[in-house]
Amino acid sequence: MDDTRGLGLSRRGMLAASAATATVAAGTTPAGVLAAPARVPVPGKVPVRFSVNGKSAELSLDTRTTLLDALREHLALTGTKKGCDHGQCGACTVIVNGTRINSCLSLAVQHMGDEVTTIEGLGTPEDLHPMQAAFVKHDGYQCGYCTPGQICSAVSVLKEIEEGIPSHVTDDLEGEMRPTNMEMRERMSGNICRCGAYSNIAEAMAEVAGAEA
Amino acid sequence: MRAFTYQRATSPREAAAAVAGKRGAMFLGGGTNLLDLMKLEIEVPTHLVDVQDIGLDAIEETDEGGLRIGALVSNTALAADARVRRDYAVLSRAIVAGASGQLRNKATTAGNLLQRTRCPYFYDPNMPCNKRKPGTGCAAIEGYSRQLAVIGTSDKCIATYPGDMAVALRVLDAEVETIKADGATRSIPIADFHRLPGDAPERDNVLEPGELITGVVLPGPIGGTHVYRKVRDRRSYAFALVSVAAVIQDDGTGRVAFGGVAPKPWRDEAAEAALPQGAKAVVSRAFAKARPSEHNKFKITLAERTLAAVIAKARS
Repeated sequence: MDDTRGLGLSRRGMLAASAATATVAAGTTPAGVLAAPARVPVPGKVPVRFSVNGKSAELSLDTRTTLLDALREHLALTGTKKGCDHGQCGACTVIVNGTRINSCLSLAVQHMGDEVTTIEGLGTPEDLHPMQAAFVKHDGYQCGYCTPGQICSAVSVLKEIEEGIPSHVTDDLEGEMRPTNMEMRERMSGNICRCGAYSNIAEAMAEVAGAEA
Repeated sequence: MRAFTYQRATSPREAAAAVAGKRGAMFLGGGTNLLDLMKLEIEVPTHLVDVQDIGLDAIEETDEGGLRIGALVSNTALAADARVRRDYAVLSRAIVAGASGQLRNKATTAGNLLQRTRCPYFYDPNMPCNKRKPGTGCAAIEGYSRQLAVIGTSDKCIATYPGDMAVALRVLDAEVETIKADGATRSIPIADFHRLPGDAPERDNVLEPGELITGVVLPGPIGGTHVYRKVRDRRSYAFALVSVAAVIQDDGTGRVAFGGVAPKPWRDEAAEAALPQGAKAVVSRAFAKARPSEHNKFKITLAERTLAAVIAKARS
């Protein structure tokens, strides 16, 4: 697959081209200045196949490619964001086989045959997912960078409560789980928002859950 | 991240043989800690053996009335299991006190046991660290040690074991089951699984190269009131300054282990016998050999107060 599919001549493309030019310029320095090629054997690319938002994706990737980079850099699905790239901020949250994970802490090769859902697969501008519509209505964002991860997490959190998965603030481990404000705040703690839209996010989630915020 | 080759094993023994037979090879479970460390080049495997297809993803009842938790059971699935919530609540509570929902969905039972310390000097490749690079020294001992261990340390390392799940497994007397490349299996009491640093802080546990965790076995339920109390700098998604896992019986006796204070879950059976006399009696015994720094001596006071809160909760 063409790695730059759909990006066209974007700002990113221009930056990449500039970097390539810089590399060529560096290559004109006197012989012997450049370091010898590294001795570390570079493994060949490996085939990776999974489904993203209902469509099959077949890629040939360096083993080091994370699921996040496969989505953004190889499939041009840039809705999923790279924040910290270390699993601390949640901006990269996607849903794999019905479960939310940090796509930055997962290798693409670990996902052969998996079904991945990103923000682009939850809804479209013309046909928003109820959680997307609720985020708009309740102003659940300011700059918007963390929002795709927040929404993927929020959708999953309501499902996890329905499935009876306990959280740190669940009083009765064996009782019915309820989508209370405290539960949603605790369960969303893996998604950081620098703008501080938390209370509005909790209200959006409460509306979708049919609960009081 | 350094380059590596990748394979998927189809059985536990094949996975163990694949790692044992190749220098620089490592197992890949959920990857939530390993990938983080690989990005920082703290871990630099040359070959990864992905174990997701080897089975070991179920929780089964044992003939002895306990549970065998497959190595690949996710933290979420373990915390949510109805039998665990009913009979081993301290384990469910400990798991959901750690990490985030996203991480618990991906992290495995075996991987949770094998997670590495979050000592800031271990995480900073510019700093000397005997655990990351043996023989380079420990920047933490004379450095900022507020989060670090107060007991079980050595003059080579004062890092803590960071997890919550293992602290609960310690009070439940769990056993870790493994397989080696030649097919030999063994069962390691959780008390013996994590190592104290001594002169070899680079070895976090007693596993041999290529030895694969296949599961964790819980003995039959012991009843009592199960409590896990974790104190941290923010209310969610942070590592423990101090945590207490306890199972307390109606007569006031029970079991207690501490997290966030030592290189392994810290339980002292002789100290815990003093539970009926209260938190001070337990903590003064359990931490009698503590060697805290100026920065982290507060942890001993905090351990006593946290245990007092746990005892009060169990009585209520």
